[in-house]
Amino acid sequence: MIEVSELAKYYGDFTAVENVTFRAEKGEILGFLGPNGAGKTTTMRMLTCFLPPSGGRASVAGFDVVDESMEVRKRIGYLPEQPPVYNDMTVQSYLRFVAKIKGVSSAGLKGAVDGVMEKVGLTDRRDSVIGHLSKGYRQRVGLGQALVHEPDVLILDEPTVGLDPNQIIEIREVIKGLKGDHTIILSTHILSEVSMTCEKVVIINNGRIVGEGTPESLTAQMREGEVLRAQISGPTESLEGVLRSIEGVVDVVLEGAAEADGDQVYLVTSQPDRDIREQLVRKLVENGFALKELRALDITLEEVFRRLTTEEVVV
Amino acid sequence: MRNFLAVYTKEMRSYFVSPVAYVIAGVFLFLSGYLFRNILMQFNFLCMQFAQQAQYMGGQNLPPLNLNEIVVTQFFGVMDFIWLLVVPMLTMRLFAEEKKNGTMELLMTSPISSVQVLLGKFFACLSLYTIIVALTLVYCLILEIYGEPDWGPIFSAYLGYILLGGTFIAVGVLASALTENQIVAVLVSFGILLLLWLIDWSASFAGPTAAKILQHISIIEHLKDFQRGVIDTKDVIFYLSFIFFGLFLTTRVLESRRWRR
Repeated sequence: MIEVSELAKYYGDFTAVENVTFRAEKGEILGFLGPNGAGKTTTMRMLTCFLPPSGGRASVAGFDVVDESMEVRKRIGYLPEQPPVYNDMTVQSYLRFVAKIKGVSSAGLKGAVDGVMEKVGLTDRRDSVIGHLSKGYRQRVGLGQALVHEPDVLILDEPTVGLDPNQIIEIREVIKGLKGDHTIILSTHILSEVSMTCEKVVIINNGRIVGEGTPESLTAQMREGEVLRAQISGPTESLEGVLRSIEGVVDVVLEGAAEADGDQVYLVTSQPDRDIREQLVRKLVENGFALKELRALDITLEEVFRRLTTEEVVV
Repeated sequence: MRNFLAVYTKEMRSYFVSPVAYVIAGVFLFLSGYLFRNILMQFNFLCMQFAQQAQYMGGQNLPPLNLNEIVVTQFFGVMDFIWLLVVPMLTMRLFAEEKKNGTMELLMTSPISSVQVLLGKFFACLSLYTIIVALTLVYCLILEIYGEPDWGPIFSAYLGYILLGGTFIAVGVLASALTENQIVAVLVSFGILLLLWLIDWSASFAGPTAAKILQHISIIEHLKDFQRGVIDTKDVIFYLSFIFFGLFLTTRVLESRRWRR
């Protein structure tokens, strides 16, 4: 449905986006993840024909964003970071206006506007002036605007930014409900959002793609080993040596002292696919240490993201 | 056409739901009414003097003073200056506000051409202008009640005004497309209009050819014939081509984002 290959955007000497390649199939929700200023918005603006790419190609539903811009524009719904609303219009008149310029036929106009208000939960606010609505409702109007002409492709730029937790959940539900009918690209810097709503993730940093795949495959790929968090009491001097002497241990890091007196908390990393817990317990007991707590830490998407978007790891 | 109408009605609605249209119409009508009253008082005074003069000269029957020549022409002559101040305020928001609000992103990613957007906005603004100008017909009706104005030149002057308004708006809309700051838009359009207004002043110090050109560019020079009741194609074409040129430049500005790779 969406094909992007080697897309690039330069502003003078500044590289906003370079060598971005990915694709999204019909009915998929693709999460576009990256820190602020990574190039998410720029990429989305190129996909929506708002900005011309400096290099590479992008096509939506088989139409090129540069050469067949009008065809692309008919097929996309776009919610920019700031919902593009007119503050002096009412919800209903605004959605009617958008439906008209998006090419909804006069006969289908009323149905489309009523339908979309129902979908995003604005029916009881249809006559409110948009400027008087709360941020959450404005966001819904923005989402409604993107949906009113039933586009094949939805491009949502940080759809939940600035909302309160309840509103975030509501908007996410709305987005999840759209899955299947529409191909959705959704950008965010909130990780839990991606793991909750998207099947596929593209991680972008400094204008380049640094990771791609399902949330599960990304975490698996990043897993360098199992990490155990152990709270241990006993003489601290020899402790680290004991831990390191266990077969299969790759790294031992002192996380800090636990609240209880004299206890130390260590993060013990072992080789992947190797369970060292039994050995660790035995070794500690043999050496006269007391193990108060032992927990296996799961690597989260958060960790993947942090590693990919800081300079330390280059993938 | 549908897209044009959608933008046109949206713009018209936006003028009338906000105080903009009412404030501008109110201020303009107050100022022009004030000027009209003074011009009329002056005419009254002149008539009395003229009658005294006639009596003094031995009661011969002199032709009456021409109402059109004195009141109508003078009134229209000051009205265009008020419009020069007011039109930039009508046009400033047209594109600057869209850019600031981010709604430009909606328009540019919708299947609607920039020409359709521009024409919708241009004609909405011109309609509002025409409505306000038409309200001044009331003054001419007052003249009709108490005197015998010649309606031919009045109507041709109104035609000239609509063309002049289109020219002002074309400049204003261009300035608005160039910036996202409405104050900048006002100042730029005001500057351009004032320069085009005063440009024939420098004609007096220029060579014969340059003087002709400068005189021709002056936007106000072409209005004089209309006020005298002459509809000259050369003036009509001047205004139309000016409007076309302004709108053409605006579409180029709007589309320029697509060239900036």
